[in-house]
Amino acid sequence: MLLKELSEAVGVSGGEGAVRQLVLDAIKANIDEHRVDALGNLITLKKGRGGQKRKVMVAAHMDEIGLMIVRIEKEGSLRFRPVGGIDDRVLLAKKVLIGDKKVPGVIGSKPVHLLDPRQRQQVVKVEDMSIDIGASSQEEAGKLVKVGDYASFDVPYRDLGGELRAVTGKAFDDRAGCAVLIELLKGSYPFDLYAVFTTQEEVGLRGARVAAYSVAPDAAFVLEGTICDDMPKQKDVSPTTVVGQGPAITLMDRSVISDQRLVDLLVRTAEANKIPYQFKQPGIGATDAGAIHLSREGVPSVVVAVPSRYIHSPVCLLSLNDLENTVQLMQRSLAGLDKVDLSR
Amino acid sequence: MKELIAELTEAWGPSGYEDAVRKIIAKHIAGYADDVRTDALGNLIALKQGKPKKGIEKRRIMLAAHMDEIGVIVSHIDEKGFMRFAPVGGVFPPTLLGSRVVFADGAIGVIGRERVERPDEAPRMDKMFIDAGAADKKRSGRKVGDVASFTRPFVDVGQRLVAKAMDDRIGCAILVQVLQELKTTPHDVYFVFTAQEEVGCRGATTSAFGVEPEIAVAVDVTPTGDTPEAAPMAVELGAGPAIKVKDRGMLAHVGVKNWMADTAERLKLPYQFEVLEAGSTDAMAIQTSRAGVASGVLSVPTRYVHTPSEMVDYDDVQNSVKLLLGMVTAAVKL
Repeated sequence: MLLKELSEAVGVSGGEGAVRQLVLDAIKANIDEHRVDALGNLITLKKGRGGQKRKVMVAAHMDEIGLMIVRIEKEGSLRFRPVGGIDDRVLLAKKVLIGDKKVPGVIGSKPVHLLDPRQRQQVVKVEDMSIDIGASSQEEAGKLVKVGDYASFDVPYRDLGGELRAVTGKAFDDRAGCAVLIELLKGSYPFDLYAVFTTQEEVGLRGARVAAYSVAPDAAFVLEGTICDDMPKQKDVSPTTVVGQGPAITLMDRSVISDQRLVDLLVRTAEANKIPYQFKQPGIGATDAGAIHLSREGVPSVVVAVPSRYIHSPVCLLSLNDLENTVQLMQRSLAGLDKVDLSR
Repeated sequence: MKELIAELTEAWGPSGYEDAVRKIIAKHIAGYADDVRTDALGNLIALKQGKPKKGIEKRRIMLAAHMDEIGVIVSHIDEKGFMRFAPVGGVFPPTLLGSRVVFADGAIGVIGRERVERPDEAPRMDKMFIDAGAADKKRSGRKVGDVASFTRPFVDVGQRLVAKAMDDRIGCAILVQVLQELKTTPHDVYFVFTAQEEVGCRGATTSAFGVEPEIAVAVDVTPTGDTPEAAPMAVELGAGPAIKVKDRGMLAHVGVKNWMADTAERLKLPYQFEVLEAGSTDAMAIQTSRAGVASGVLSVPTRYVHTPSEMVDYDDVQNSVKLLLGMVTAAVKL
């Protein structure tokens, strides 16, 4: 699968061009039509081979959280703001790449020797951080970087192996979903499959909203790299999802109540084919399904996700077993979709 | 009408799981509408077609009341079968202690709480659990994702009625009654029973797109300021239907607001104006559908909203029916 290339590509919300090109190159042979809409969504159609009239949209978002340069200081350091939801605490001392030229830099932090006891207890706010690109003046920095340039974390993809077949890298939210969707396009389906690679999910499900409007699907599946907090806990409380226990099906999050008939299809398919699956803890997070299911007169929608630890930070961890099981579950569920009555 | 209110309020229908409520409503409106359909999100849309009347401009009017109610969803089950839960819609933790919930299959659970460290500690949802009396996890028969509503019988205390889910089954009951009594109208009137209002007016978003109305009125509950030491609010039980001026999510269309007030004056019905500082209704979503819809809200004054014991005044309910009937049978000038 293409996860390494997808993870290492840069595509902060609003600047998804490089990811889009990578995806398009990978799927070109497997689709009948494609277009890029005004918001940069890559909308592709794989025509059905079974005469079913249904239009099914499967979506994954191309964008990732990141940073944007907002000011170049006199001495050459760069002020920035987050794009999408980032915890300030994960930013200090991280390596970043800025702009199309991928200018390397590092988010500066004060050495521990210089911190008084009070400062050690405090979180440094993003407004007080800056990126150091080794420039010694505003003029020198300005030749390399412009205000408005995106910055992304400089994190290579790595294979950790082991029973989980764990891998680490940046932006598994949602390049994991993109990787699954690219795989799904290798199959053939009895209905028109609209594989949509969306933009600007991390800043408010913006690409999915307009893409769903133009596709006007009869049902939608959203593929995600989702929240996972399966680290040891003191109390008897379920983690959001667990790495290695299979694709996570969303029942309800902050943005959508999944269509029960589609949830049942996924569960039935998983159990019939002995594919491991789990339910994501209800009430947490939001995805493109939140925008898609409210499009036009409403679209039955469900979310299937690859559990990814440490999302919205510079580095995530997922299990390739989960990724492959997500492909399996989706492929087989889509094959059984014709048996699901979506009328009321 | 009290029997209808009892049947609707006692029905089970947390957001996203409105099937049982929809069935009851479909049963009661059968034969009264010219067309009935259910959309992808589960909204029930009934059309009463207008008969052209000389001198009256035919309008396309959407009346909306939501079928769903607040509830809880199981997020974790421990080895002993105790269930942790998350809210479905706006659930206020202090109302939970001692409450009973009912699952789709009729199983009952009670809500318990962890040991309290400080007696004055505000109750927190993550420190509570549902105990359905199971011996252990395996025998509980429950799973993560199971949804439950609160359970409490409907009570007729005379002038006032008490039930869970008056928000917004009272609106559903009013619309059912209006449709049943509406012999003829010069307007195309869509009676829309919406889904998923409590989680963000989602059913209204899609049904308004489908119906494409010119004018819309949501029928929903509003809190009152008429109880001891209540937050100041000029709405009280028994003073008539409340005509919304604004809430946190919308400013009512002035023409729609006047249409409601003028009709009440004409029919000599009591009414009051409502300015709500918190909350909103389906009208918020309908108002910004497509190119925009002239929208307002007819609110039923309700005490103890979002608790399992919501109280309304029966005269307010009946006057709401009369007001809506008067509105949709005459010319509408905005």
